Amino acid sequence: MKKIIVIGGGVTGCSIARELVRYDTEVTVLERFNDVSSGTTKANSGIVHAGFDAKPGTLKAKFNMLGNAMFEKLSKELDFPFKRNGAFVLCFDKEDLPRLRELYDRGIKNGVEDMFLLTPEEVWDIEPNITHDIAGALYAKTSGIVSPYEMAIAYAENAAVNGCNFELEKKVVDIQKEGEGWKVICEDGSSYYGDMVINCAGVHADEINNLVCDKKLTIIPRKGEYMLYDKTCSFITSTTIFQMPSKMGKGILVAPTTHGNIITGPTAKDVQDKEDLDTTFEGLNEVYDKARKSVPSLNKKFVITQFSGIRAHCTEDDFVIGESDKKGFYNVAGIESPGLTSAPAIAVYVAEDIADKLDLKKKKGFVAKRKAIPHFAILPDREREKLIKENPLYGKVICRCEVVTEGEIVDAINRPIGAKTVDGVKRRTRAGMGRCQSGFCLERVMEILARELGVDFETIAKNESGKYIVYRKEK
Amino acid sequence: MINKNLVIIGGGPAGLAAAKSAYDSGERDIVILERESVLGGVLNQCIHNGFGLHTFKEELTGPEYASRYIQEVQKRGIEYKLDTTVLNVSDKKIVTAVNEKDGLLKYKAKAVILACGCRERPRGGINVAGSRCAGIFSAGTAQKLINIDGYMPGKEVVILGSGDIGLIMARRMTFEGAKVKAVVELMPYSSGLNRNIVQCIKDFNIPLLFSHTIVDIKGEGRVSSVVIAKVDENLQPIMSTAQEIKCDTILLSIGLLPENELAKSASVQLSPVTGGAIVDENMMTSVDGIFECGNVLHVHDLVDFVSMESEDAGRSAVEYINRKSKPKRDYVEIKCSGGVRYVVPQYLSKSDKLDKLQLKMRVNNVYKDTRLVVLAGDEEIYSKKKQIVTPGEMESVILNKEMIEKAQKSDKLEVMLKGE
Repeated sequence: MKKIIVIGGGVTGCSIARELVRYDTEVTVLERFNDVSSGTTKANSGIVHAGFDAKPGTLKAKFNMLGNAMFEKLSKELDFPFKRNGAFVLCFDKEDLPRLRELYDRGIKNGVEDMFLLTPEEVWDIEPNITHDIAGALYAKTSGIVSPYEMAIAYAENAAVNGCNFELEKKVVDIQKEGEGWKVICEDGSSYYGDMVINCAGVHADEINNLVCDKKLTIIPRKGEYMLYDKTCSFITSTTIFQMPSKMGKGILVAPTTHGNIITGPTAKDVQDKEDLDTTFEGLNEVYDKARKSVPSLNKKFVITQFSGIRAHCTEDDFVIGESDKKGFYNVAGIESPGLTSAPAIAVYVAEDIADKLDLKKKKGFVAKRKAIPHFAILPDREREKLIKENPLYGKVICRCEVVTEGEIVDAINRPIGAKTVDGVKRRTRAGMGRCQSGFCLERVMEILARELGVDFETIAKNESGKYIVYRKEK
Repeated sequence: MINKNLVIIGGGPAGLAAAKSAYDSGERDIVILERESVLGGVLNQCIHNGFGLHTFKEELTGPEYASRYIQEVQKRGIEYKLDTTVLNVSDKKIVTAVNEKDGLLKYKAKAVILACGCRERPRGGINVAGSRCAGIFSAGTAQKLINIDGYMPGKEVVILGSGDIGLIMARRMTFEGAKVKAVVELMPYSSGLNRNIVQCIKDFNIPLLFSHTIVDIKGEGRVSSVVIAKVDENLQPIMSTAQEIKCDTILLSIGLLPENELAKSASVQLSPVTGGAIVDENMMTSVDGIFECGNVLHVHDLVDFVSMESEDAGRSAVEYINRKSKPKRDYVEIKCSGGVRYVVPQYLSKSDKLDKLQLKMRVNNVYKDTRLVVLAGDEEIYSKKKQIVTPGEMESVILNKEMIEKAQKSDKLEVMLKGE
């Protein structure tokens, strides 16, 4: 049986793995962190882009359009939060209206439907909290929002159920030719053979490529900082609000999240360090000031957290997708925005392409559907009662702010590729994501993790393995 | 649906005192709903002493103070449900709760007392930039980890904010062998009690830096240092004064916020200043039959005052239950000005006969040599010299029958500071 190695467990790697397990092949995902969805996937805007941004003819344009159209079916099949909520691009200055028109025309060229150029009055009719300082806006109804980490986790779980092997904490340090394929060597000394190796390493995709290929790639880490607002601010907008894009990106947006918060950001700053996820004084101020340019009523008082993510900006300025100059080594690199939108379409394309190259046959018994952890907070009472009857732990609320029960947390830990850390539980259940930011539930989540994993309380990490939260008291 | 005369949400000091006094006022059909697995609320983790000086005339620890009230509740046979989280309270006073044993519980209550306490403001609430690594705790979380669970949050600590929990944790961490390198306070004064500054900070020679804040948190995976800087009069950091302090832990004591999600679900009107409900002298909110007391109403610094306020609420709730008619909402608004940031209660009934009325308030800055004054109409009905008032110490004024009648008659009641 042909073996395939996917390097990187972000949304790109997980979705490709899930499309590949439809075939009669052995798929292994190597992820350097202790969880999937731990890099760029966990910290981005969570937008399913309509497709008017990308330059016509690029891979970005192609996969954006294909991907966008897949989300209704996919989000039902894999049970992750998605909503088609529409988006504005605000034009603040009359003189910029021709550029807005260009954006519209580009959208038409890319095949975007349900797109309109609106007057300020028409904009305020839809979103009255948008600034009165606008000259017009582009309105794209097909834009959507998605929970990016839940989407990647859903893909990963479904891939795992269908036989994909996830190897966590496997940082790839070398790739050597071995027979017809490749030997992928990890930092801990372990190695994996692949007839095909797929490079989905996100911000590190250049390093992985450059281990093997003659044609070198350069990824420039581009930091984006965000501020997240309390759910009580959800009235501010139900539509995603962009500003006119620049060459650094799509600018600062104000958007609802699928869970009812308001997200603002990102900044766009090229940084040296690919692991530099620190927020900055200047960055947060920029997010705040620019977001208030779109929605002046945003108030710092209601911010519950800040974070930043790193975009994998490739100097090629487009997605790099396809078999490289070395046979059996396949790049899916430079997957920056609209990467999340494109991921489902890229995955299907890559899987079909590789199946063709390796002559893979579809296998029987592929399970397409995945069921998410039930979210007690949003269930009707009748279903809550049923859940508690089946498992009383669903009657024990652990996270007050987001109303997350012990049943959900235990489920998150014991699923395929289950949570091992406090942040892993958070991304799967929302425990600790509310307005108190885990002040109350941190210690209870740690207790449940320790119990379910059969480890000591003090070995529970927030995120990175070995970076502990507490110490044992010295007597 | 279970019919219940009185549902008390929260089994901490506020809920316990409210239950006791409701019982003693004749009510027998009471249930306390508590989300933790024991009664007592936050007192259980406050193992330091200093509780009960007003109520019991002796110095108790938090658990001791709680146990006195727990015994009172148990002695009276008042029903309570533990590990039970209230999910919703409607303006019709239908309380939806959940626990493992009963599943979903629905109570139809005649009166509801919200005694759900407060929570700590998290890091996100003040936009501190830097790494989002492990090692950053709210002071109360750290307190629970040490005192209840028996684990240390870290070894070298910087505390941001000089709220009471932060001050107490500075001492507690020191006792446990940690090094508290600094307590950093944004304001030029502490938001904690003076006695805590003396007993928890000065006695241990811990540097307390006013008009300073954290401008950056460094660390890969775990905190490795913080950068602090002085702030100017607009509270903006002066970057030229930045200095780095090595530490593995940051505790945040940057404010307590009344936890009023349930009040909101019941459409109770909230005060933007206190974060708690707007109440009348009976601790009744804008919704008939829904009462608030304790830290959910406004953040107290002494539990003794929580108990007193909550006993009032318990008594009033029983009066409400026994009423034949709807309460008349004919009020004198209790206003505050001249340095007084808020006053609780915010309304006084014009017609109710009262023997005394306690006004609780906080000031918005440090004032020296001033007078705390209460006006009824234009008449000064109360005046007390104050050498110093600070935002960290709640002030209280008790009005007698005569003063209350004056206020009711003049239709104007106002508290303020008057400089000498």
